[in-house]
Amino acid sequence: MTQHISPERIQEIKAARQVLKTYKYSPAAVDKGYTNKTLYINISDNTIAEKEITEEIKDKFIGGKGFGLWYLWNAVNKDTKWNDPENEIVISPGPIGGITQYPGAGKSLVVSLSPTTDSVVDSNVGGHFGPLLKFSGWDVLELQGKSEEEIIIYINGNEGAISIEKAPLEELNSHILAEELTALYADDEEDKRNISVVSSGAAAEHAMIGLLNFSFYDKRRGGQRLKQAGRGGIGTVFRHKKVKAIVIKYKGVRGDSNHPADLKKIQELGVKLHKEIHDYDDIQTRKRQVGTANLVEIMNDYDLLPVNNFKYGYNPETWRISSDILKTYVTQNVPDGCWYGCSLACAKACDNFELKTGPYKGHKVLVDGAEYETVAGVGSCCGIFDMDYVFECNFYCDTYGLDTISWGTTVAFLMECYENDIINKDITGGLELVFGNRDAAMELLHQVAKGEGFGKYAGLGVKKLKKRFVAEYGADKDFLEAIGMECKGMEYSQYMSKESLAQQGGYALTNKGPQHDEAWVIFTDMVNNLIPTFEDKAEALHYFPMFRTWFGLQGLCKLPWNDIEPADNKQTDEPAKVPEHVQNYVELYNSVTGKNIDKEELIRQSERVYNFQRVFALKLGFGTREFDKPPYRSLGPATKEEYFSRQDRYDQQLKEKMGIDPEGKSVEEKIALHRQYREQQFEELTDAVYKRRGWTKSGVPTIEHLQALGMDYPEVIELVKPYQ
Amino acid sequence: MIQLNNRRETYDEGMTVSSLIKKKRYTHPMLIVRVNGQFIEEEMYAETPINDGDDVKIIHPIAGG
Ligand code: SF4
Repeated sequence: MTQHISPERIQEIKAARQVLKTYKYSPAAVDKGYTNKTLYINISDNTIAEKEITEEIKDKFIGGKGFGLWYLWNAVNKDTKWNDPENEIVISPGPIGGITQYPGAGKSLVVSLSPTTDSVVDSNVGGHFGPLLKFSGWDVLELQGKSEEEIIIYINGNEGAISIEKAPLEELNSHILAEELTALYADDEEDKRNISVVSSGAAAEHAMIGLLNFSFYDKRRGGQRLKQAGRGGIGTVFRHKKVKAIVIKYKGVRGDSNHPADLKKIQELGVKLHKEIHDYDDIQTRKRQVGTANLVEIMNDYDLLPVNNFKYGYNPETWRISSDILKTYVTQNVPDGCWYGCSLACAKACDNFELKTGPYKGHKVLVDGAEYETVAGVGSCCGIFDMDYVFECNFYCDTYGLDTISWGTTVAFLMECYENDIINKDITGGLELVFGNRDAAMELLHQVAKGEGFGKYAGLGVKKLKKRFVAEYGADKDFLEAIGMECKGMEYSQYMSKESLAQQGGYALTNKGPQHDEAWVIFTDMVNNLIPTFEDKAEALHYFPMFRTWFGLQGLCKLPWNDIEPADNKQTDEPAKVPEHVQNYVELYNSVTGKNIDKEELIRQSERVYNFQRVFALKLGFGTREFDKPPYRSLGPATKEEYFSRQDRYDQQLKEKMGIDPEGKSVEEKIALHRQYREQQFEELTDAVYKRRGWTKSGVPTIEHLQALGMDYPEVIELVKPYQ
Repeated sequence: MIQLNNRRETYDEGMTVSSLIKKKRYTHPMLIVRVNGQFIEEEMYAETPINDGDDVKIIHPIAGG
């Protein structure tokens, strides 16, 4: 059973509403993937305005994250902080977003200044909001300002009506709020599918790692599904602005709503991929059966699953949180897509999950997931191998508005601090935060949502906690820097990179922080050994981040690219790139926009935005080499217990890679030798990657490179000039 | 000794593609196997011997995550 909202409750909510502003508009028609309009809303003074999107902006920034970065760049200056009213939350789907013939085309990209990195961040998310926004006449929603009171913003795309309303009575937590607002705005049961709600939750008010939920109504389950824009704390920005929700309603989604240039071609491409998925998913990655969770056991087998704050990559108890166990939770046993037409359908859910803790104890709820990152983050990374816990924690993180990846990595960090006597029961308010203590971890999560006890601090994220522990408890700074799994202020996503130099770069040499959506090259590097030299690795760390950035410009999901493969992919020259699918994307883009790009221009489209984002970070005081420095644990064994757990491997590496006989050396000496060697390797990799990307040794794009890309805006050149 | 993905790997008597995959715990469902450059179909893994000195490639074609 999901939450069902009584008509009385809806009346009560409505009665307390007060309209602050209304705005009428004529919804622009979508033409070849664009409406060419941006909706600007300032909630400080309730301004609502329209902006034109020029051809030049489309050429340079394409859409999605590109548009988000452009608008935010213009909205903030070098001193703007995440909690200043000038900071924006920009949401945009991208030109391909909203098509229904090719799997994976319903994503939105969200861009803002981040409370965790203090720099610019982007996050991608499913749910129906982005496509409905476009069909309502807007390529972009640009939200600026800060409200004095709790508000909601409502956009009716059929009527061309927008309102900002005081909303004092709505619930904060997303699973109820999305139900309430959907019930309030839907004409009837059937109409619920036309509504999508963006919201956060109570914990986002007391944490820096708040997320945004994007909803869609699941008719079969009779409840709200929530998809998360998790990374970088944008939910925290949202709640700081006192926005409870943004609601969109648009009725009339059709196969040609995106008005592509060549619908027939898109249909052909779609049919081909649907057939591949039908024929091979069951023998490839089983996305339709278990979502992304099949990675849990694979990562464990390859010693890549984070266990106990990334100390180890394997644990024999992992079967308890494996995809076979997850399958017993996932209900209705049918493929679940997060936007129409996604036959890869990885969006699993469990209905009627009975909660055992917290304010909704005893409620039977719908849990979205659990995805790999969540299982690994709140599960193995915290030493907790219990699927009931994973689902309960997944549910509460989502509804409270907390990113499961950052929360998992943060709790794991706290557990290691606790086990090293850096924090203790006096500090945690009695919580025994040792690895594996699920009850303590769950209680801490509820405390964050209430803003009580140790929960006032636990959601600050690893970077700010490190500072706090050094300043207040005299913790050893070097130790915390080595074990605190964050880079640029963002917590690591859930892959072990110790034995893959390329992946160490894939995490640290990123724009926004260590989220694997830029580059995931562990297998190519560590197992396949296909990129042995620094130059090879640099090439991979150029190509894959650029290729993956492209999904974020278009409103696309990455999974249908390489989580399903054509039968003959194995025999191609570069199977890791899935060449046939790359060509599909080229044709998809051309068929939507009527343009004529090739696979090289596809990469250049990303390069323009990627380099712009790098300079944007520079504008805010980041974006140089020192901010690309990873915590040592992501490079190698930081503690004795890690060394001992793989002593044979590490001793052998001393002999073979460093030419040092480990015999007679203490473990401390061996750790130090590894560290010296691995840090040096990382520096050499950094040089090679910067060079390949057209950057200086300090990690700043060269003027020539920006000129070649056509991104030599005067303000951009001014910023990079001192680093040439 | 054999070469596995351009690294040295111990040769075991009676080694086949299947036994090597098992030994290395290569549980990923999508492997690309070549022995001395020759592509090996999955159905043939158990029957394909690996001899001392062979050059084996077992590629995991994923850039996923
Ligand atoms: S593959 Fe999964 S996440 Fe991607 S669009 Fe399809 S259902 Fe959504």
